[in-house]
Amino acid sequence: MFRLLSHIGNYFILLGRTFAPPEKRRIYYRQFIRELNNIGINSLGIVVIISAFMGAVITLQTAYNTENPFLPKYLIGLGCRDSLILEFSSTMVALILAGKVGSNIASELGTMRVTEQIDALEIMGVNSASYLIMPKILAAVVFNPFLTIISIIIGIIGGYLAVIFTHVISPADFIVGIQYAFIPYYIVYALVKTIVFAFLITTISAYQGYTVKGGALEVGVASTRAVVFSSINILLFNVILTQLMLS
Amino acid sequence: MIEVVHLSKNFKNQLVLEDVSCRFERGQTNLIIGQSGSGKTVLLKCIVGLLTPTEGDVVYDDTIFTRANFQEKKKIRRQIGMLFQGGALFDSSTVEENVRYPLDMFTEMTEEEKKERVNYCLKRVNIVNSNHLFPSELSGGMKKRVAIARAIVLNPKYLLCDEPNSGLDPQTAIVIDNLIKEITEEFNTTTIVNTHDMNSVMGIGKKVVFIFNGRKEWEGSNKDIFQSDNQALNQFVFANRLAREFKTPEK
Repeated sequence: MFRLLSHIGNYFILLGRTFAPPEKRRIYYRQFIRELNNIGINSLGIVVIISAFMGAVITLQTAYNTENPFLPKYLIGLGCRDSLILEFSSTMVALILAGKVGSNIASELGTMRVTEQIDALEIMGVNSASYLIMPKILAAVVFNPFLTIISIIIGIIGGYLAVIFTHVISPADFIVGIQYAFIPYYIVYALVKTIVFAFLITTISAYQGYTVKGGALEVGVASTRAVVFSSINILLFNVILTQLMLS
Repeated sequence: MIEVVHLSKNFKNQLVLEDVSCRFERGQTNLIIGQSGSGKTVLLKCIVGLLTPTEGDVVYDDTIFTRANFQEKKKIRRQIGMLFQGGALFDSSTVEENVRYPLDMFTEMTEEEKKERVNYCLKRVNIVNSNHLFPSELSGGMKKRVAIARAIVLNPKYLLCDEPNSGLDPQTAIVIDNLIKEITEEFNTTTIVNTHDMNSVMGIGKKVVFIFNGRKEWEGSNKDIFQSDNQALNQFVFANRLAREFKTPEK
């Protein structure tokens, strides 16, 4: 319990150092652009692939589980759309990014720590936490909402393609379904969740990497812990945000 | 000048440094020597502020570093050039980007001026035509030389080196030692070198501080070292065969 509290305290101390004013905005901006590429653009491929298959599977499962003739067929399209917006494109994609981006951040910072690169920055008089972590947080918080929007679109396209190839319902019914009873607030809910998850993934992973002590083995352990703790916090905050925003 | 005043450092219940006091003058190479695990790296980390001493102070010229506020520490740190054991070069940056980094961060130089300064520093450490290489493409000696170039790019007042010769062949080690000595004299820096290499002691040790079991056991010059009757120092110094032969040359 004491160790947990100590970690939480150190996490917030690190956050305090991370959000100190940047030494030179131009350099930080350059880092931010680099991180947009590393964290955002480089995640596009996996998000597109997963979203397409996710949309297809949701559509097929909904279709095979709703055989009641009194239920209109367009509800399958509606189910696909709302499942993607409410849960899959925000939470599922965040869990996948926790694996990809989280382990990447933890191992990058962990390696910099054990090879004394972070010490070198500190001795130069650079706020290493701010210089290394803040651009990552900003890049994820700015870019992940776009990933979520892309995921929703690709997921719906995946569902549509599944409908075309398997003929579970007519494409026209699916199109009607994805337009039926649309609630714009669901998009706000999905984007708020995405921003919170992006913050959690980057800060928890950065904390795990930045505070590594030891060598290569400990960097690997930190990387695993980054994924595990990010995922647990994503699930926890998913419940909290759902209760706060949808109740 | 850097002065260490009654400095002690504990890790939990383990006393690693005990009441160490010494003074390192400007314009000369000061060596901290001692066996592995004697506490010399901890001392260097306390001097540079990577570790906070349990007791005692570190003074940089007229500023008590250990009691300075964040801004004052930052100001001093910008005058420190540090050479780490492994070089600590940024993996994902080229040689040029590594050396240029402090200039980007702390100066308002133009691109042209930065390029000129980077090339001057790299030439000073005998690195030519390697600006585009990554640290993983460099040999151990080259990495150390690039790290020295990065350390001196802002004309530091203080140059601190942690085991600069570790992992290097004797010939390259001498090159690095001479480079540190030349740079110290040329830039008039207060230089502290942490080492257990007796070749370095004999080559560049204008002032030598010997640390044994966390305590300062002896201090003097490399000329005095062979005349000392300190038992721990003699054990350390004469563990090296060359040093033994230096003291009692065979007839």
